[in-house]
Amino acid sequence: MSTVHHSHGVPLIRIVKRTSLSRPHAWAIRVLAVILALVVCALLIYALTNLNPIRVYNSMFQGAFGTGKRTWVTLRDSMTLLCIAVGLAPAFKMRFWNIGAEGQVLVGGLVTAALMLYIGASFPTWLLLVLMFVCSAAAGAVWGLVPAVFKARWNTNETLFTLMMNYIAIQLTSYFVARWEHPFGSNTVGIIPRDGSKAGWLPNLLSEGFNKDFGWNIIIVLVITAAVFAYLKYSKHGYEIAVVGESENTARYAGISVGKVYMRTMLLSGAICGIAGFIAVSGASHTISVSTAGGRGFTAIIVAWLAKFNTFTMIIISLLLVFLEKGAIQIASEFNLNDYASQVITGIILFFIIGSEFFINYRLVFRGKGGHRA
Amino acid sequence: MTPLDAAAIEMKNITKTFGTTVANDKVCLDVRRGEILSLLGENGSGKTTLMNMLSGIYFPDDGEIFVDGEAVVIRSPADAYRLGIGMIHQHFKLVDVLTAAENVVLGMEGRGKLNRRAITARIQEICDRYGFVVDPAQKVYDMSVSQKQTLEIVKVLYRGADILILDEPTAVLTPQETEKLFSVIKNMRNDGKAVIIITHKLHEVMEVSDRVAVLRKGVYVGTVETKDTSPKELTEMMMGRAVTLNIDRPEPKNPRTRLEVRHLSVRSRENVLVLDDVNFEARTGEILGIAGISGCGQKELLEAIAGLQVTEKGSSILYYGDDGTPEELVGKKPLDISRMGVALSFVPEDRLGMGLVGSMDLADNMMLKTYRTSGRLFADRRPSARLAKKVVEELEVATPDISTPVRRLSGGNVQKILVGREISADPTVLMSAYAVRGLDINTSYTIYHLLNEQKEKGVAVIYVGEELDVLLELCDRILVLCSGKVNAIVDARTATREEVGFLMTYLQTEKKGGAET
Repeated sequence: MSTVHHSHGVPLIRIVKRTSLSRPHAWAIRVLAVILALVVCALLIYALTNLNPIRVYNSMFQGAFGTGKRTWVTLRDSMTLLCIAVGLAPAFKMRFWNIGAEGQVLVGGLVTAALMLYIGASFPTWLLLVLMFVCSAAAGAVWGLVPAVFKARWNTNETLFTLMMNYIAIQLTSYFVARWEHPFGSNTVGIIPRDGSKAGWLPNLLSEGFNKDFGWNIIIVLVITAAVFAYLKYSKHGYEIAVVGESENTARYAGISVGKVYMRTMLLSGAICGIAGFIAVSGASHTISVSTAGGRGFTAIIVAWLAKFNTFTMIIISLLLVFLEKGAIQIASEFNLNDYASQVITGIILFFIIGSEFFINYRLVFRGKGGHRA
Repeated sequence: MTPLDAAAIEMKNITKTFGTTVANDKVCLDVRRGEILSLLGENGSGKTTLMNMLSGIYFPDDGEIFVDGEAVVIRSPADAYRLGIGMIHQHFKLVDVLTAAENVVLGMEGRGKLNRRAITARIQEICDRYGFVVDPAQKVYDMSVSQKQTLEIVKVLYRGADILILDEPTAVLTPQETEKLFSVIKNMRNDGKAVIIITHKLHEVMEVSDRVAVLRKGVYVGTVETKDTSPKELTEMMMGRAVTLNIDRPEPKNPRTRLEVRHLSVRSRENVLVLDDVNFEARTGEILGIAGISGCGQKELLEAIAGLQVTEKGSSILYYGDDGTPEELVGKKPLDISRMGVALSFVPEDRLGMGLVGSMDLADNMMLKTYRTSGRLFADRRPSARLAKKVVEELEVATPDISTPVRRLSGGNVQKILVGREISADPTVLMSAYAVRGLDINTSYTIYHLLNEQKEKGVAVIYVGEELDVLLELCDRILVLCSGKVNAIVDARTATREEVGFLMTYLQTEKKGGAET
């Protein structure tokens, strides 16, 4: 019989689960992870491009917050992303994998654009805005409801279903882009409305006119964020969502109609994503194209997961992601770097943030050290 | 030391902690070749953890392990196999879609091509030697629980293990199957193998083992020779103090029919009749036991009454209210039933998968069935917080506070929360499935006591159980299910263990119409 001999055989590193970690301690680990990520990126930047990393970081910051206009754009884009992530939160909390935010945003935007085009001139601003808000929510809600109905009735796979709904939304949009093409041959819709009246644009909150600040975007999204937080945490519906997400059997045992909760929650999830489409069109781009959602429906999934479906945490995460994106664009142009170089930085930072969750849940024990007692 | 004198396995001062929980605290243990050692302890006393360190699943924080007198380090199950240590886990580690033979050789190193004939021959040789019956070509999904267990043992022997660890091997077996298992284990002992059995059933310890090692709350209490000890002494070692083994059984007070189940049939998704024309009644002030091998329709029976199962045509479940008028429960959902004013409480088998929400705290779990009635849009959490506090106090639930997720609590405390909530609803019918499964003796008695209290209050209690001794001591009548049919309903005061065990396994072909009452 062979035997393994002592001391050599003890594993070098063992992974031990932590029992509990205080909140400040956990956040300290996350902050440390970001700092470490910046250090690693700095080394990489220097090794690959010979550039001074401090200058690169400074330029990233300038890209996101360098001017008032840039700051607004960063905030505006964060809010749109946040709105989508907040919309996903109820569905994800229910363990209903809504991959269809992209399509829900798009149909919301499409309806908004249609209203601006066709009735923009004939309605008072406030009524038009309310109408666009409601209709975009309704359009997104329909897009969210359809997969939920099928799931409730025939137990279809919601991941595939919501994903496929995206393509319908994209095709629908490209049909209308072709119809509304302006100027002819451009394959774009151009700024709407055409008469230059800016009817249906979300007005500035802090200053006169348009495009100087985007205060309304921020107010609308933050109100939704707080409302969804309260809805999930304190309402009876939120309670039902949590039960269904944990176990369908428990839900049935408790007398909860699982199908009804699916449909109701997806109605809400889709509606909020539809509103994000309204904000993207009326409050930012003032046009519609197949890239109005621009992949943010998928990025929002990362935001929702990183925030563990806590809508307030999502504010920080979406700010961070948009900051990285804007900074990356800036350094790409300023230092003549390839687009990929900036994506590498984003990737490394995200990797460290996600990796830090491991160290929050586990700790490492090295051979011969502290292995006796926790 | 020569290997012959040395113990097959010796563990010295083994310590293992999980976070702040000390699962094993300086535990010492030894087992010799040619003996059966019982490892006895309540749930959560660290038996399985200790054995997992022998089989390479966990690595000890501290302490030493010797095999045949030589210090060893076991880092992985592969290391354990090399040392001849094989463990049969409580939850089988088999691949359903593979055959018995394929499972046996799975993960073993060897040449690219399997020599099936040689493998089959080896398996047959092992079976003949110890008296197993295994069909090497049978797929695992076609096997009964006891066949799977046999296969696990053969698998371990095939890999050359001569030190065998069995983790609660009888938990899933009928009395007859248990006897067969014990005779096989004795054969292995006589063949010179060292066998360790993890258990918390005293009569099995007395029956099968040569020595008994006792753990209490992760601490090693001692080892005694079985022939020099008694169940009473072992209980004292296990519990730290003597407890009476008698379960109270008050006489039923003017029982009336509360539930009348007639021609109840349920089909599974695979279109198999899992309940076949079940007839019985449950009475007020009485505990009706339901016995049967696991998976004989117990789950479906309770779920059908609770409104969670689709039943076949012709099924009827009548509920008699206090005024004696019958109401049909078939076709109603749980919410309909509670809206009819039927106070039906149900402690399901799957506590965290059906009865409770693991990630929610104690207070939120208390309102699982009542959240609709408190507050309007926002749920009023104050009543459930009060109830949670009350349950924690009255049932002595060990928890840091009421805002701890129930998943973090131990099995016994989880069950106390669930039973506490169900009883707090003032039920007229209380159904429980495997209410004491996995619980230690103290908690089990708490549960028995709670059920008896409900019975004395006039509740119709239905108790699905697996331990015959408990069923016979706690219940008034026992309904024995066999393959989805009611095999008999017996008087628990006069029935014997053997009688019920026999009824669980052998379906009476002759239907005795008026056998009950």
